[in-house]
Amino acid sequence: MFLRLATKSLINRRGSVLLTLLAMAVGIFVLLGVEHTRNQARESFANTVSGIDLIVGARTGSLNLLLYSVFRVGAATNEIEWESFNAIASSPNVAWAIPIALGESHKGYRVMGTTQAYFDHFSYGSQRKLVIAEGQPFTDVYDVVLGSEVARKLGYSLGDELIVAHGIAEVSYALHDDSPFTVVGILAPTGTPVDQTLHVSLKGIEAIHIGWEQGVKLQGSTELRESSDLSVLEPDHITAAMLGLKSRAATFKMQRLINEFADEPLLAILPGVALTELWQMMGVLENVLRLISLLVLGSAVLGLAAMLLASIRERDQEIQLLRVIGAPPLFLFLLIELEALLITAFGVALGALVLFLCVVLVDDWLMVSFGLHVSPLIFSGDSVYLIAAVLLATLVAAATPSFNAYRRARLVD
Amino acid sequence: MTIDLRNVRFAYPEAPERTILDIPRWSISAGEHVFVHGSSGSGKSTLLNLLSGMLRSPVGEVSVLGQRLDQLGDRQRDQFRANHVGYVFQQFNLIPYLHAVDNIQLASYFSKGKSAGSVADEIAALLSRLNISEEEWLKPTSTLSIGQQQRVAIARALINKPELLIADEPTSSLDQENRDNFMAVLMSLADADNTTLVCVSHDMSLSQHFNRIDAMDEISAGGTAD
Repeated sequence: MFLRLATKSLINRRGSVLLTLLAMAVGIFVLLGVEHTRNQARESFANTVSGIDLIVGARTGSLNLLLYSVFRVGAATNEIEWESFNAIASSPNVAWAIPIALGESHKGYRVMGTTQAYFDHFSYGSQRKLVIAEGQPFTDVYDVVLGSEVARKLGYSLGDELIVAHGIAEVSYALHDDSPFTVVGILAPTGTPVDQTLHVSLKGIEAIHIGWEQGVKLQGSTELRESSDLSVLEPDHITAAMLGLKSRAATFKMQRLINEFADEPLLAILPGVALTELWQMMGVLENVLRLISLLVLGSAVLGLAAMLLASIRERDQEIQLLRVIGAPPLFLFLLIELEALLITAFGVALGALVLFLCVVLVDDWLMVSFGLHVSPLIFSGDSVYLIAAVLLATLVAAATPSFNAYRRARLVD
Repeated sequence: MTIDLRNVRFAYPEAPERTILDIPRWSISAGEHVFVHGSSGSGKSTLLNLLSGMLRSPVGEVSVLGQRLDQLGDRQRDQFRANHVGYVFQQFNLIPYLHAVDNIQLASYFSKGKSAGSVADEIAALLSRLNISEEEWLKPTSTLSIGQQQRVAIARALINKPELLIADEPTSSLDQENRDNFMAVLMSLADADNTTLVCVSHDMSLSQHFNRIDAMDEISAGGTAD
């Protein structure tokens, strides 16, 4: 009877109740949406690289090394000698090593020189290896394997030729147009910066730079290249390296060894640690988003309280009637609290439902456009606490109108 | 004695110097039908609120059905009213967005806590006796005519079989025909259950239905100010 009275009373005032409910749903939508995006972003962030024990680069900041080697953001300040890489790669603790040479680009997408080891050992997410959706890994000097986004956005398919630009500017005038690459493979989407990368062999990087020793194309470079034996090319420098160790236990020992490398100043970082550091830098943004969503929700809760307070005045006679048929003032207090709770509960349900539908609908589009997968499970552990907090806030905010009803119930006429 | 008031003096806390009621002695025996008339401001509503336990008299004795209402706590008086007192007002006797059956059930909900199922038959019987056609039972009471609403109000007031029924200007919003109809039904139901009835009104024409007629200014010495 209690619940029935509350629901019927709400239905009776459906206009203002519905608006309040919608405001609440919007607040919940924003709060859960921000919370979900935050969790998904953090997860996808942490998933950009996995199974790699150490990243090695020239001595710089650890964040800088992480950014240019994994996220392809920014530029390396210095390079690693090829001899140093070989020395580290042949160390007894190292199971495998992936060399990386950056510095070229194609229409704004980074070109990365590497070896077959990249396709064999690089993994992301929960230990997922790269999958070649079409074609095969590079074998020839002028072969290129495209990340999925590069292939899709630029419309390349197997067998197409493309020209790599010197440097990493979006619009470059120093083109390696005398040595086009052929697309031999296209990777499956990963949702990581791999999708935005063109992968070529280290030999390819060396080959296009023959005759470019001054940083620009010199007269006769094409002829020079054609007369060279490309199959024996060896790089002088690479930008960074990713290492897999035989035993995790050797990680710190190996890191120290590299950091104290005698021939040149090097830096080795643990990707997980550096990722955490980077994520913490974004913590401010996270908190701002959270604050905004809490404010939106707070205003919805206050709106609810205001609506109920106004309704108490209209319901004076109703309150008197309930009193006369024996309702104690506490009943009226609880009745208003229940009405508030019902509005919030339906607001939460509606907001969560709309968010769920949005995530499900947008998921395909995100996967296609950005290679991102968003989980439709919008209730993480935190959001359950948040919803509990919202319900509690509702009870607190509704205490004023409820007490008002209680007080009026105690007055006679 | 169903009602026995002794040396009751009442003033609202907001205006303590203005005595609304000053009743040396007033009593009603069980089954009596008493008509109380008086001009507005004579303290009629205050008297009824004392009898129903909505108000508590700090001075004197208010005894209803053998209970000293002046000695009961707030919660006990609410419970007493739900169990033993039926009340019909001039208007707003029903929650407008609930239908007739829900309204009556609500009254029984606050009473002894009977289950909805057990009172359903009683509700149906009462509504039939009050000439409410069955198709009106499940409509929101705001859609019923005033005459129908007042009759549903009688059912709502009588569902808990109260020993005391209080009517406060119950016919003032009704036309002549509905008024006679209403009073006839009210009287017959009150007679059938031997319910004590206290009806206050300024409308002297109602007094023909009653065997005892009291004037407010004879009961109480207060309430002269308007």
